[in-house]
Amino acid sequence: MTGTNMSDIPAAGGQIHDDTGSLAGELQPVSSPVGRKGLSARRWPPSLVAGVIMVGVTVLVGLVSFVWTPYSIDSTGDGGRLAGPSADFWIGTDRLGRDLFSQLMTGAQSAIIVAVAAVLIAGALGVVIGILAAGTTKTVDVALLNLIDLMIAFPTLLLAMLVVTVRGASLSSAVLAIGISGSAVIARVTRVNASRVLREDYVTASIASGTGWFGVVARHVLPNILPMLLVQLMILAGSAILAEASLSYLGLGAPPPAPSWGRMLKEAQSTLSVQPWGAIVPGIAIAWTVLGLNLLGDGLRERLDPSLRGDR
Amino acid sequence: MGRFIAVRVASLIVSLFVASVLIFAVLRLLPGGPAGSLLGVGTTAEQLEQLREELGMNQSLVAQYGDWIGGLFSGSTTSFVSGMPVNELIASKLPVTIPLSLAAFVVSVLVSVPLGVIAGVYRNSAIGVGVSALSQLGLAVPVFWVGVVLVWVFSLQAGILPSGGFPRQGWNDFGGAVSALVLPVITIAIAMSSIMVRYVRSATLDVLDADYIRTARSIGFSRGGALARHGLRNGAVPVVAILGIELATSLLGAVVVENVFALPGLGSELLSAVTSRDFPVIQNLVLFLTAVVLVMNFAVDLIQRAIDPRLRLVSASAGGGAL
Repeated sequence: MTGTNMSDIPAAGGQIHDDTGSLAGELQPVSSPVGRKGLSARRWPPSLVAGVIMVGVTVLVGLVSFVWTPYSIDSTGDGGRLAGPSADFWIGTDRLGRDLFSQLMTGAQSAIIVAVAAVLIAGALGVVIGILAAGTTKTVDVALLNLIDLMIAFPTLLLAMLVVTVRGASLSSAVLAIGISGSAVIARVTRVNASRVLREDYVTASIASGTGWFGVVARHVLPNILPMLLVQLMILAGSAILAEASLSYLGLGAPPPAPSWGRMLKEAQSTLSVQPWGAIVPGIAIAWTVLGLNLLGDGLRERLDPSLRGDR
Repeated sequence: MGRFIAVRVASLIVSLFVASVLIFAVLRLLPGGPAGSLLGVGTTAEQLEQLREELGMNQSLVAQYGDWIGGLFSGSTTSFVSGMPVNELIASKLPVTIPLSLAAFVVSVLVSVPLGVIAGVYRNSAIGVGVSALSQLGLAVPVFWVGVVLVWVFSLQAGILPSGGFPRQGWNDFGGAVSALVLPVITIAIAMSSIMVRYVRSATLDVLDADYIRTARSIGFSRGGALARHGLRNGAVPVVAILGIELATSLLGAVVVENVFALPGLGSELLSAVTSRDFPVIQNLVLFLTAVVLVMNFAVDLIQRAIDPRLRLVSASAGGGAL
């Protein structure tokens, strides 16, 4: 919510955008100018390249921070308190004299952990529920769909606050809430696409020739819905990072000393007039990573769905 | 239409019920629970038992749920912390949160609809691409960061607006209240417009490419005339759907942004309740916010149907369920 709340945004945005996309693809595949770019369309779209590079940088920084940071994140070195950017302290120091750049690097770790864990939870839960809804009786399907819609409407931030109330503020509480909340969107996308696959003639043929339910799901449904899922999961990873940032900004994320961009920003806010970089730079790091993930999602969508090429 | 409304109202009530059960379940069934988390570590089993008794937690879950909903309607539920009736507490915060979210909503619609249409109509020119790029950026930026940057620029550097807080006299100090809300409103509106622009642009593109526009042009309508007569209503359908979600989003944006600007609204109240584990306040406030979101979705359904006659056919045959 930008948070979390606002974090719902990219998720909802991606989802609805995607629904119209798949609808257009389904109903009028011919009307889009598919062949216009000819062979060059097989190249990676620019947004995919940009997304891979941006996310790559964050992941790299996060990995490097495990083995090296300019200073230890809790050492109150000799740079003085609230120092501005300098050759020794690239974005300055915080009010305890700790190096901000080292904190920024280490903060990438929580962002990566949250993104990966939330995607795994949401992916596993959402795909199972979505395929169940697509494959069962009409009554169960309608019940599940209504539950999914309710979960989509239920804001991530509020769910996270409920979980934190009971379990206490921690990275695992945040991940749990974000993952469960995200699973609703994944379930929706899975349900819509899986039931389309299940209506295909080759699935009927496969069932007629004796393939079991599990076989149909593994051999036909999953491979066919995978591209759509990948796109959604990328967008979800972005909103998970935003949601975690909001939670830790509000003091409901991982408690100190665990590094977090959201909390860095919160801590720097009170000294904004003296050392603004401490608040500004973590926000740029969050935006950089989330933008990268969104571009990655858009690029994948473009690469995988030919009907979207060219226009959007 | 009458039957449709009846069905939708029934489903709204069921949704509210299910939402309340989910909220209750998360708060009561996850390990921890009110009594344990209120007392913290180092308490004796006796103290715990006494508190559980006071909180009515030794009753069956169904009875506890009944107590909660009963207290909600009778207004008898009180805060653990301040002892104030929860309904009064919520009502006292609305004069901050409602103007904040409504103003943010209105501003973002006024900004994003024209921008989205421009981004769609001039999709291949610099201005269209620029607007799209800005909205991509806006989607990725955390809302609280926007608030902090605005404070830095307009309060600390320029010194023209307050960096936070709300006048003690509330809306009696009208000028003070308005200037306290300017930056928070802009903060939420920037975040919301970023999403809205994408939808409006997408709807505009669909309309521009539509066969009925080409037909209208071929029988003599000007481009603007065809868009005004056929484009607006068609383009409005998906946009209205988003408006509902957005109004809800602006309310939730307020939860975060109130904390950035230290505004005494529902969001600050919710955060302090979560921090102090004030269960009655948390569960009523979360249910209240969820109810607002659900009612908004319900209203959007009705409006969409009024705009788009096709939806009436679809929902008549399919029950309005799936896609």
